[in-house]
Amino acid sequence: MSKEKNKEIRIKIDGKSYKCVSGEKILDVAKRNNIFIPSLCHHSDLDIKANCRVCVVEIKGYNRLMTSCSTIACDGMEVFTNSPKVKLSRDTNLKLIFSTHIEKCSDCSSRFNCDLLSLARRYGLNIANFKDRKSKRKTYKFSNSVEIDGSQCIDCQNCVDVCSNVQKINYLKKTGKGYKQEIVPTEDENIECIYCGQCTLHCPVASAQEQYNWDEVENILANKKGKKLIAMIAPSTRISIGEMFGFPYGYNAADQMVGALKKLGFDEVVDVNFGADVTTLVEAEELLERLSDKKAKLPMITSCCPAWVKYLEFYRPDLIPHLTSSRSPQIHLGGIIKTYWAQKKNIKPKDIVTVSIMPCTAKKFESRRPELKINGLYPIDEVMTVRELAFLIKKNGIDFKNLKKVKSNDLFNDGSGAAVIYGASGGVMESALRTASHIICKGSNKAKICHSRLEFKEVRGLKGVKEVSINLDGNKLNIAVVNGIGNIKEVLSKLKKYHYIEVMACPGGCIGGGGQIIPSSMDIVQKRMEGLYSSDKKEKVRTAHDNQVAVEAFNWIKSNKLSHKVLHTKYVSRKK
Amino acid sequence: MANLLDKIKKVELVGRGGASFPVYLKWKTVKSEKSLEKYLVINGAEGEPGIYKDAYIINNYPEELMGGVKIASDFIKAKKIYFYLNKSLYDSKNKLNRIANSVGLKGEIIFFLKPVDSGYIAGEESTILNIIEGKNIESRLRPPFPACSGLFGMPTLINNIETIYNVYLVGKNKYQNKRFYSINFNKKNKGVYFLSENLSIKQVLKETKNYPDYNFFVQIGGDASGEVLNSNQLNKKVDGAGSITIYNLEKHQPEKLLKYWLNFFRDNSCGKCTPCREGTYRLCEMFDNFSLDMRKEKDFSDLCDNLFLSSFCALGTSAPIAVLSYFKNVYEPLIVSQKNLKVLKKNVKRKK
Repeated sequence: MSKEKNKEIRIKIDGKSYKCVSGEKILDVAKRNNIFIPSLCHHSDLDIKANCRVCVVEIKGYNRLMTSCSTIACDGMEVFTNSPKVKLSRDTNLKLIFSTHIEKCSDCSSRFNCDLLSLARRYGLNIANFKDRKSKRKTYKFSNSVEIDGSQCIDCQNCVDVCSNVQKINYLKKTGKGYKQEIVPTEDENIECIYCGQCTLHCPVASAQEQYNWDEVENILANKKGKKLIAMIAPSTRISIGEMFGFPYGYNAADQMVGALKKLGFDEVVDVNFGADVTTLVEAEELLERLSDKKAKLPMITSCCPAWVKYLEFYRPDLIPHLTSSRSPQIHLGGIIKTYWAQKKNIKPKDIVTVSIMPCTAKKFESRRPELKINGLYPIDEVMTVRELAFLIKKNGIDFKNLKKVKSNDLFNDGSGAAVIYGASGGVMESALRTASHIICKGSNKAKICHSRLEFKEVRGLKGVKEVSINLDGNKLNIAVVNGIGNIKEVLSKLKKYHYIEVMACPGGCIGGGGQIIPSSMDIVQKRMEGLYSSDKKEKVRTAHDNQVAVEAFNWIKSNKLSHKVLHTKYVSRKK
Repeated sequence: MANLLDKIKKVELVGRGGASFPVYLKWKTVKSEKSLEKYLVINGAEGEPGIYKDAYIINNYPEELMGGVKIASDFIKAKKIYFYLNKSLYDSKNKLNRIANSVGLKGEIIFFLKPVDSGYIAGEESTILNIIEGKNIESRLRPPFPACSGLFGMPTLINNIETIYNVYLVGKNKYQNKRFYSINFNKKNKGVYFLSENLSIKQVLKETKNYPDYNFFVQIGGDASGEVLNSNQLNKKVDGAGSITIYNLEKHQPEKLLKYWLNFFRDNSCGKCTPCREGTYRLCEMFDNFSLDMRKEKDFSDLCDNLFLSSFCALGTSAPIAVLSYFKNVYEPLIVSQKNLKVLKKNVKRKK
């Protein structure tokens, strides 16, 4: 809405008068004033569909009800959120929705924050008023990452919308009509799921969800059999997990996370930030090599986002030579644990179990890429989303909020500030530029006048495509940061313009990842992003190359001729 | 042209698709939109059972109809005209196209076949826009209304065949406030009649010599969504898309009729919104469990009220009309009389 139009508008909700902005929807006015109106299909990242009909309100002068998510507040409107008509419709629609969702609460990782259960309690509704009608619906599994369980779908179509309109993949379709309609993966040979998990992030009822590994992890924890259990926490997860336990948005809960993982029974907790610093060292080195080699493929494109890698392998295998050969932070760290750390500790690699906590569903797929194996072992044994971890913490009754800082491990540090920001779109780029500019400066004749740059704010933020030219010791470097796979085509169409490109499949980067805490929206992602950058600022060490322990591990791998096995990887062209 | 709008306003022409929206308002809105690209969509996809007027107009007044299309197209300066037809009318496309050429619309009309099995909802105007654009077969959120943002986001005038035909008459000063009435006996069409729109149901039946000589009840404005009235309630005008369907009070089978209405809405719901997709399904389920006694259940009245109160589009809001009005105006009065009840029970048995 344009600013000129912001003339004062007032509406009454349940008898009280409220100011609203021109064009504002009734639901938004209510939310802003802490008036509760239930909603299920509404998501601020998506176009308004108004199909669940639980946010209905009565408006004076109208016989029928209106959906508050879609109805614009007009001056003088009198709105009722709890009239007999509203109660009838809201309760009936909720009861109808309950009967489209087969409750599998006992092992549902959303059961501690389930909207359906809380609405049933709030309004005193019997969730079994009508018989469940979807018991014969199929579950569609997408690799080992994501699944859509048709027996739990409430037909809101958020998954289809985010897949088509935001990510622009168009993998999910509605088939059939009326009560027979169903969300299914497309049969189109030219379209494939990239496992980004945005469908799971936007599903209000966990019908679309990650394929669980928490049950496996629980098993492992209960039957240690002399194994060393190591948990690994991804940069962006510390900044969101607190949301599940009453911390404000953007709060860095790394200490509580370590404490909780130890309580769950892990022997050590290692920070994936450490792995990210190694990734930066590998990637910065490769970037400079490519820039100095006239035959090398440019631009170089980041590969730490596994959904992006899947996209490229399926849709544009011709661009595989452009991907950095660097492995991703979780794979680097898992590999270092099972080589470097195993040797230092004198533990057999096969006696180590690594469990990574990720903001991502595609990381599950990445962890099972066979080419990543080191001497027959996967660097990562299990991947849980941060949602799964929050569930395990609640399930085990751990008082997360009051956990005290504990020692996480005796070898790896928590990584640099450059690693923390891996969690936001532009972060990988910025980390690599910090280190690349340092390396260039160090080796430059002009070193006396060169100060390596620390902050590259041009690549931060939630814009879809961020383009910038950066001066690295007199060399102009054209870079692009793609924030969300839906924006990829614009950049791929003018590839030759660039030297270096970062791509994150999820809008906002990993802080908006498909495995993130629910609810998640661009407003929440913005707050998580602010949390990450303020964590970076607080770090004493803010560049990968200044993380001495990471440099030591990196050099150890190199001198033991393990670079190929631990630091680098290959990609394959994929068909459906 | 402004002259035409005045004429349309003066004769109080309303849309004949069922919603009876004032034609001049819709036309004025599209006309006043500033966009350079505007579309005209002619809705010839009669989806409501019991309505036969579109076919009747195409068969009997194709020249007048295409003359109306030309007027509408010129009025809004349409970039393209979509003529949307269901399968049974689609065969007339060559004939209509020949006439279009002769009235100066050569190459401007795209005939668009209503998708097979798309059902009732595919006749609803915003759904038609989705279908032409290749999107899901479901209705659109309003506002924006098609007149402001319709086909491909452009201002779009969408009118029913009968409305366009009437516009032609208005243009020629021949409009006499008549409308088409489809009269049916137990769902079989007896004929389509062109009479004053101000007649009562009783008058229409009498004037067309269709007033039954037996006890009967009627359904008005469509065999699926129309209101059911008993023979003492016939002083009303004919609503909606203009049909009167006559049922024999003593010979009709209540269960069969109920099942027809309930199944129709369940099977034609597009699936978009909860009250309609789930509500129509549960009503069928309740009928299977309770038969006609479903009317005594609280869930029954809640589901019906909820369909009216909170459905996304008119298919849902009209879904309970026939069933509720049948119970109220026909069935309840009927069972009050013991004699009639016996007759009825016999009918039910006969059916089984």
